Amino acid sequence: MQLKTENHGGLLVVTVCESRIDAAGAIQFKERMREAAETPSLRVILDLSQVLFLDSSGLGAVVAVMKLLAPDRKLELAGLTPTVAKVFRLTRMDTVFVIHPSLPDGLRKVG
Amino acid sequence: MIASEPFAVRAGLAALLNSSHIRAMGPESQGAAEIVLAEVLNNIVEHGYAEREGKITITLQPGPHGLLVTVEDRGRAFPREELPEGLLPTISAERELPEGGFGWFLIRAMVRDLSYRRIRSENRVSFCLPHKGQ
Repeated sequence: MQLKTENHGGLLVVTVCESRIDAAGAIQFKERMREAAETPSLRVILDLSQVLFLDSSGLGAVVAVMKLLAPDRKLELAGLTPTVAKVFRLTRMDTVFVIHPSLPDGLRKVG
Repeated sequence: MIASEPFAVRAGLAALLNSSHIRAMGPESQGAAEIVLAEVLNNIVEHGYAEREGKITITLQPGPHGLLVTVEDRGRAFPREELPEGLLPTISAERELPEGGFGWFLIRAMVRDLSYRRIRSENRVSFCLPHKGQ
């Protein structure tokens, strides 16, 4: 489970460099996120634009990370692909997270 | 046939998604199929076989309204020999947010004609993945 962390002046962007967060990878995802979150920041955005599939174990892991960051920091999500967005929508977890269509301007990789 | 282990499920799922029956579905239905199959298989690994070794057999058969799926395993029976109701866990205060219990909710939201039979020492779950995904 590879994550890439970038700090943009108080905004920590964690990009999941994997195509899936599933039952086989959920625990590792949680562990890597715990390490990534050690970097102090005001906000944390999880960039899921490379993740094509997330199951209920993956969803549970994202919720666990949100709780890990609370109450000081909120976990925001960006770049949900269609199947991932479907899981968030059906479980109504899309009402719990701040979800950005993509990373905020200026943070997106050029080229 | 898939072995009861998370990485085997991942590989088996990839093979199922690559089958002609599922490739013939639209992208949205394929996404729904992947979620449903993953949840059914992971449930068998975690609860049916409860981390023990075992085999899972999946049969896909095209039907008039969608793809008919039968999943068989020789793990434990479901409690009371009934499938879980799969109610959506309550979303309340942030620190009490549920981290699990979404699996059967997702399955029930995306399939039709879900049925379960315990036949001797075998579980047989079958359902239809409708042509048009939700």
